[in-house]
Amino acid sequence: MSAAVDIDRGRDAALDAFEGAYLTRGRMILWLLILTAALMVSLIVASAFGSVRINLIRAFADSSSADHAIFFGARFPRVLMGAIVGAVLAAVGGALQALVRNPLAEGGILGISGGAALGAIIALVLLSRSPASDAIVPIVAFGSALAATVAVYRLALIEGRLEPFTLLLIGVIFNAFWGAAIMLVNSVVNFYYAHSILFWLMGSLEAPTYREVAIVSFFAAIGFIVLMTRARDMNLLSLGDEAAAEMGVEVEQLRRIIFFATSIMIGAAVSVSGIISFVGLIVPHVLRLALGADHRLLLPASLIGGAAFMVVADLIARTVIAPAELPVGAITALCGGPFFIYMLRREGRRPFSL
Amino acid sequence: MSDATEHGTVLHASDLVAGYGEVEALRGVSMELRAGEMLAIVGPNGAGKSTLLKVIGGTLARTRGTVELFGRPLDSYDRRALARLVATVAQENNIAFQFSVLEVVLMGRAPHLGAFHFETPHDLKIAHSALEHFDLLALARRPIQELSGGERKRVFLARALAQDAKLALLDEPTAFLDMKHVADIFSRFRDLCIRRGMAVIATLHDLNAAALYADRVLLMKDGVAIACGSPESVLTAENLRNVYDTEVYVGRNPASGALIILPAAPRA
Repeated sequence: MSAAVDIDRGRDAALDAFEGAYLTRGRMILWLLILTAALMVSLIVASAFGSVRINLIRAFADSSSADHAIFFGARFPRVLMGAIVGAVLAAVGGALQALVRNPLAEGGILGISGGAALGAIIALVLLSRSPASDAIVPIVAFGSALAATVAVYRLALIEGRLEPFTLLLIGVIFNAFWGAAIMLVNSVVNFYYAHSILFWLMGSLEAPTYREVAIVSFFAAIGFIVLMTRARDMNLLSLGDEAAAEMGVEVEQLRRIIFFATSIMIGAAVSVSGIISFVGLIVPHVLRLALGADHRLLLPASLIGGAAFMVVADLIARTVIAPAELPVGAITALCGGPFFIYMLRREGRRPFSL
Repeated sequence: MSDATEHGTVLHASDLVAGYGEVEALRGVSMELRAGEMLAIVGPNGAGKSTLLKVIGGTLARTRGTVELFGRPLDSYDRRALARLVATVAQENNIAFQFSVLEVVLMGRAPHLGAFHFETPHDLKIAHSALEHFDLLALARRPIQELSGGERKRVFLARALAQDAKLALLDEPTAFLDMKHVADIFSRFRDLCIRRGMAVIATLHDLNAAALYADRVLLMKDGVAIACGSPESVLTAENLRNVYDTEVYVGRNPASGALIILPAAPRA
């Protein structure tokens, strides 16, 4: 047409009217900076407080002080690990929700974290304390997370349709199954393992080493970068498989990529922190309401927001009954359970025929 | 561009057979379409109209037959290349998350953009024009899930327009729409046919709309083409009685001379 003529008419005023109704690079950078600032604040506050009161000045000034040892040896790696695990869980939640087109999806709820946990436990017990175990356990966890993801997805797909409630029920059943299998492993290992498995299963971030932090970050980064290359395709996938294909998306390939990337990430997170539920549900949901549904922003925002959320949840877990501490998974489940029910009831009102 | 495009052949399909599992919904249909042409596919429920669109759009595999688009075999296109040439609007349009109307229309630009590219002012202008043409500018910022069925349909038509394709496949584009918007949509697509040489295939239940707006009509029943040609030659009382298995009156609008088709079965 005349495309040109047609388009030139009164466009500037109209483009101004679009301001804020779509994602621009500027809006994306602004939000990510705001979230990063929030994360920084949470990291500083969480590192400063804990069950033991420390002197921050001495911690930085005197490398032989107990303050220094507590801050850099125990607290900071733990806070950092919390941030990474939270980042992974929230970003994976956002990607899984795109995959199944359902805001109720999350690694824990779908039974993927449980599968990863079973794999990780078996690997932990078999490898015992061999030196390479901290690199091998995440890989085994990744393999079992992938198997769980594909199994849940395929079983929930009935005649090519993914009904949300079928999906959630399959997740419930898988979780029961993994739980039973883990109990089985737990009952045949010695008492030392049994106790640590139980605590770890509830989701804990106890005393990681910097090496573990580095390994988990490495796997998380790979998975996340892969997901980001497909963020726009995830937007199109919200239209349904067929419509996405008509818009140029290789749907089957996209699905496989999401399976792999999310499984790498969940495997890494679960191998160090056990099962921490609902972070992947709450964080993307709140951010979607605030920032919109575009996955190009939603995924990185969930990554940063999830990190901040987990750091704060872990701070609460460490301090609320100090000097004892709760598993952080208990805190997220206490917030997440009611939130999930609220979402379920809200979503239930809307037909999700896709 | 190949020779075929220069000569204006958009689509050449022959002897298409396709179905779902055991059920053959399409049993040997052949058709051709030229640039600038608007073809209406009509026929009773289950005639294979939507199946034909899906096979042409490449989302349903055929079990027999050939499809050539713009002079090249359909299978030689990758998905993105195909999405730049063919825009499809399905019968039902759902979306999982709260995207704004503008965001959905901008999705039409995706086949033209790289994975990390943001929409340019050019893309926004195209989206603006698409929204304007379907009377949606006032709704641009609204979450799509808050819209009525008819409004939502128009959003998806606008998205197809923003895709800037050369062939549009529209499955029941006028379902849920009021008379004004039916007329607007057809005049919009006719305009695109004439001015941009776009080709349109639309499945329609509304025979009067087919008669009024289509250059050619393909009448289908039970997965085969019964007749294909000008509306006057295809939409005859005899053809329609045979295909729909009910009495039909075909007359002329005294004001415009256009075909009028009415059900004429006696009242029990």
